[in-house]
Amino acid sequence: MSDAILHELMGAGRVVAAHRPWPRVEVDRAVWQLAAAHLKDGKLTCFGLWAESQEPPHVHLALLAETTHQVVVLTLACPDGRFPSIGAVHPPALRLERAIQDLHGLTAEGLPDSRPWLDHGRWTVRHPMKPTASAAQPLLPYAFLPATGDGLHQIPVGPVHAGIIEPGHFRFTANGETVVRLEPRLGYVHRGLESLMQGAEVGHGAKLAGRASGDSTVAYAIAFCKAAEAAAGIVVPPRALWLRALAAEIERIANHCGDIGAICNDASFTLLFMEFGVVRERVLRAARACFGHRLMMDFVVPGGVAADPSADSLIDLRSLRAYVAKQLKNLTQIYDTTASLQDRTVGTGIVSTELVHQYGAGGVVGRASGRTFDARRLPLQAPYDHLQFAVPVLKAGDVNARVWVRIQEVEQSLNLLDQLLGDLPDGPVCADANFSGMSGQGIGVVEGFRGDVLAWLRLDHGRIARCHLRDPSWFQWPLLEAAIEGNIVADFPLCNKSFNCSYAGHDL
Amino acid sequence: MTYDPGAAMRNIVLRNLFRGPYTEPSPPVADEALKQLAASVNQAAMRRLGRSLSIREVDAGSCNGCELEIHALNNAIYDLERFGLRFVASPRHADVLLVTGPVTKNMREALERTYRATPDPKWVVAVGDCAISGGLFSGSYAVEGGIKGIIPVDLNIPGCPPTPEQLLRGLLALLS
Repeated sequence: MSDAILHELMGAGRVVAAHRPWPRVEVDRAVWQLAAAHLKDGKLTCFGLWAESQEPPHVHLALLAETTHQVVVLTLACPDGRFPSIGAVHPPALRLERAIQDLHGLTAEGLPDSRPWLDHGRWTVRHPMKPTASAAQPLLPYAFLPATGDGLHQIPVGPVHAGIIEPGHFRFTANGETVVRLEPRLGYVHRGLESLMQGAEVGHGAKLAGRASGDSTVAYAIAFCKAAEAAAGIVVPPRALWLRALAAEIERIANHCGDIGAICNDASFTLLFMEFGVVRERVLRAARACFGHRLMMDFVVPGGVAADPSADSLIDLRSLRAYVAKQLKNLTQIYDTTASLQDRTVGTGIVSTELVHQYGAGGVVGRASGRTFDARRLPLQAPYDHLQFAVPVLKAGDVNARVWVRIQEVEQSLNLLDQLLGDLPDGPVCADANFSGMSGQGIGVVEGFRGDVLAWLRLDHGRIARCHLRDPSWFQWPLLEAAIEGNIVADFPLCNKSFNCSYAGHDL
Repeated sequence: MTYDPGAAMRNIVLRNLFRGPYTEPSPPVADEALKQLAASVNQAAMRRLGRSLSIREVDAGSCNGCELEIHALNNAIYDLERFGLRFVASPRHADVLLVTGPVTKNMREALERTYRATPDPKWVVAVGDCAISGGLFSGSYAVEGGIKGIIPVDLNIPGCPPTPEQLLRGLLALLS
């Protein structure tokens, strides 16, 4: 049914020819609002929402039909600088629209929450993505959403936290130990990444994309390169696709192992934290031997990958695979049989299935609460269409479920390593990626360890005219607020770590 | 087979007991770091160094890459604490601020306040290319372009991100 709705929306607009691989359709306000209504009714999923500041400015809304895995981008021109708010009827779009208002100076008509989001009143310019950015103006103090009642008190936390984590501010309202409301304030890591993209060469853009969120550098670089390659019609050689997938699965294994350990640590169970830390370290060392960098930064380049791994390092990956599989089995057994640990994780920080569907929450957060979406299952995601893998999905939606989805995803990724190494095609590892003079638009989606990363790019005569990167965390952060409600303050680090949302990828 | 919930844990403890620790030998101190410290830190402050130091990490707009590698210092392989270096939760308990990121405008005040909250004598280590010069983010409207000029820097550890070994070699200079 959702497929029919997408076709109906497409039929009501003008399809843009130079947009690949999924269609983009220019629509009017009525169709835009119709799409908002479909989002509200849960017939479509919001996959991204961003703006472009050329004359006239545009807003783009990426839509996903979950059952059929169709993706369509709707575009609305806003000659008067205004567009009907999607967030007014579909809350998952709220913060995306607040960010559009901050960066582009467009107005989302009817947006119920018009507080600035990324702009903290500290930049030298206002509306920095606008071609004629105006001078900064002082902003009103940020008004956190109220919670009133007897005995309520507020706990402000951050942006500098007690642990070694990224900066963000959390405002808790609590009644004794119990959290009544949590409201995060983000934007502290906003580096202006998308403005640095504008006018940059594609190769430089890939480096910037690889630093959107350092833990997902492979996922971001692949998403960006896919968008650029689609825009320019460049075909990536099979060996490069296989090596990219190899790097992406290693990134997933390393991060999941780190996260499983860190969740246990936040439940004060240090043994598993230390053991998983050693597993992660061994994976990163293998990554360096194979791809030249522990986090595999700058390995994925437009057209393919930067270098062909040595035969020895690929053979060593097989022994790494066996080592991780063995350790995972042993350590999982400890997790599974330690009652004091499960006492902290089972039933803690529950997110409902309705919410993950409404928000289109991807990654572990979605799959631990019954949403089956995995971007590797989308069409045109080679080499995954050649590979066998399961997408583990659980229903409980608590910290424990998020641990188990991670464990099962590592098992699946280890199987994928086997398959990728087993039939690694021969041949070149990079196409002749000459973007000079090329124009077009492309979209790339990659399943990172945190969920689906979306990159959208407009190429204009070989240069990046506009690039938008959408982190999975946009649709996960709001659910953390739901997860913590009614839990005790002391369980917040545990819930937060079980989500492990990105600050840098969200703030850009 | 009888159910023995403690078996897995017992096995791992026994195995680690007989195999010995994961921890690897210390890498040599970085010469470059020693030179920098000799130039930036006066003799009185230098005498205070060389003992156990408490570190407060501040992410001033990093992509999280540097944080991942700083985290790795705490794993059993690098085991930072064996050198008397440990991470603390508050700047008020810290001797050293380990700062990452190009210093976003939105984090500048938080960084300055963290610096002021750290008691003297204190040392600042800039970790990663972004913290040293702004890295790839130089020139953005949203960043200051590194720590220098915001708070005084005593030691730079370059890299994108620096590896745990590079971090360790730099930090050991604080103890030499």
